[in-house]
Amino acid sequence: MFEKILIANRGEIALRIQRACREMGIKTVAVHSEADANAKYVKLADESVCIGPAPSAQSYLNIPAIISAAEVTDAEAIHPGYGFLSENADFAERVERSGFVFIGPRPETIRMMGDKVSAKSAMKKAGVPCVPGSNGALPESPEEVRAIIRAIGYPVIIKASAGGGGRGMRVVHTEAALSNAVIITRNEAQAAFGNPTVYAEKFLENPRHIEFQILVDEHRNAIHLGERDCSMQRRHQKILEEAPALGIPPRLRDRMGSRCADACRRIGYRGVGTFEFLFEKNEFYFIEMNTRLQVEHTVTEAITGIDLVQAQIRVAAGEKLTVRQRDVSFKGHAIECRINAEDPYKLTPSAGRITQYHAPGGPGIRVDSHIYHNYIVPPYYDSMIGKVIAYGDTRDQAIARMRIALSEMVVEGINTNIPLHLDLLSDAAFLNGSTPIHYLEQKLANYNKPS
Amino acid sequence: MDLRKLKKLIELVEESGIAELEITEGEEKVRISKSSSATQTYATGASALQTPAAASAAAGAAISASAVAEPLPEGQVVKSPMVGTFYRTSTPGANPFVEIGQTVKVGDTLCIIEAMKLLNEIESDKSGVIKAILVENGQPVEYGEPLFVIE
Repeated sequence: MFEKILIANRGEIALRIQRACREMGIKTVAVHSEADANAKYVKLADESVCIGPAPSAQSYLNIPAIISAAEVTDAEAIHPGYGFLSENADFAERVERSGFVFIGPRPETIRMMGDKVSAKSAMKKAGVPCVPGSNGALPESPEEVRAIIRAIGYPVIIKASAGGGGRGMRVVHTEAALSNAVIITRNEAQAAFGNPTVYAEKFLENPRHIEFQILVDEHRNAIHLGERDCSMQRRHQKILEEAPALGIPPRLRDRMGSRCADACRRIGYRGVGTFEFLFEKNEFYFIEMNTRLQVEHTVTEAITGIDLVQAQIRVAAGEKLTVRQRDVSFKGHAIECRINAEDPYKLTPSAGRITQYHAPGGPGIRVDSHIYHNYIVPPYYDSMIGKVIAYGDTRDQAIARMRIALSEMVVEGINTNIPLHLDLLSDAAFLNGSTPIHYLEQKLANYNKPS
Repeated sequence: MDLRKLKKLIELVEESGIAELEITEGEEKVRISKSSSATQTYATGASALQTPAAASAAAGAAISASAVAEPLPEGQVVKSPMVGTFYRTSTPGANPFVEIGQTVKVGDTLCIIEAMKLLNEIESDKSGVIKAILVENGQPVEYGEPLFVIE
């Protein structure tokens, strides 16, 4: 087992990884930008290294600085968290070449899954159902593109191959809008990801976003840990997630989960990963795979009792999985609310000092957050300041507990989206369950309509 | 207990109203007491059990710690632009790039910071006289760490 792990991330996930390490008796190195020098996990780490000024490009995305920090502290492994460099194959490669263990999949796997065209093709070969689409990159010729899209049938969504996570995509409803949409998406893709390759998929009208969690060791043992429903999204960003997903019969869950685990074995996957699907009319359609720990891993932990971060670390240290598929059971229901420092309806970010902080508690309540009384939320990074997870025997109990917890939670000095969550937790469609991915955007659009 | 931690502890004592601070970490113990003029550091507890090499490292820590504890001389601070290991010379045994009292101009090499097996020459962005050298040869440095004072 590792003696020392460098945590190449910030905020709540840095604290989460640190907690897992501390429980396992592993020393932690916290790297941080100048803006995060007073972060909770920095103060609690065994060692901390300032790696750059506030801007991410010069700090959390600064590969030489992070590897250098691992060198000077004699860390053995680097945990990339989520976001930042966690799905950067070059980073994974350089970490390994420098003699450290990258806690995640092999660089080749990250590269393959990061290219959405090759990922789909690999999944098709592995028998995972995919959204019908262009079966590869769109060609240059507008006539060929038109023919391909006609075969798929409107509406379609044009997606950047090097994109993902909701970025670099555009919906096209009519042929008249097609050629412009392709050109603009290509340009955006080039600018944002350095790669203008795009592909097309059928645009599903009212799907839910349901994803499967898998865990694979280096000895070809692969298991799935069930699914999560992450349909509550705005601007393609999830804000509330739950496990299990309503209305998925156990046989269907087992079948899809096993397909994902098999696909992992086939591609030589290592560590934790998530297969994202659109679910419509009882059919699953693969959209992309995330080769890292997810923000919402917590709800899976709640219903399976398995610590995913510790599992990641053990797999990276070469250990065999101690849990077999038949040992995995799903109990109860869990909901996670992402707490963001932003105006709840206008969504404008709200950085600044937290002048009053009081965390919720009680049975079934878990708070994953790095914030504290008088903490200054920096303006340089994403707005998520923490997550509240509520667990109950039933979905109704989880919802009730979350409502109570959020009503107790105090975060003053900045805006948070807690009012929006409380709104959702009494929203009829949410209470009924199974809301599709466009639901929240439509709800917010109704709020922002001038009256 | 590594040098950076010791330095942070000394800074803490200096900035606060604490007169004396004693910390025990496993078998290591450090006591920092503020006297009227300077902060003095004693590394005790482990010394009876230490090997001679470790004991001299503890003594070395005490020496460098008291050097840092004195207030910084007047001048501008040159901070480290990267994470790495600080070296005062181009190769072991060579003469240091700069010494205290030496005059430097903008662009002169002050030191080397080794990062990821690459040796980076750190050039001065100030002209003046080296008043203080704040880190030891071979010490790890982080981004923004004060290295030199130039007046």
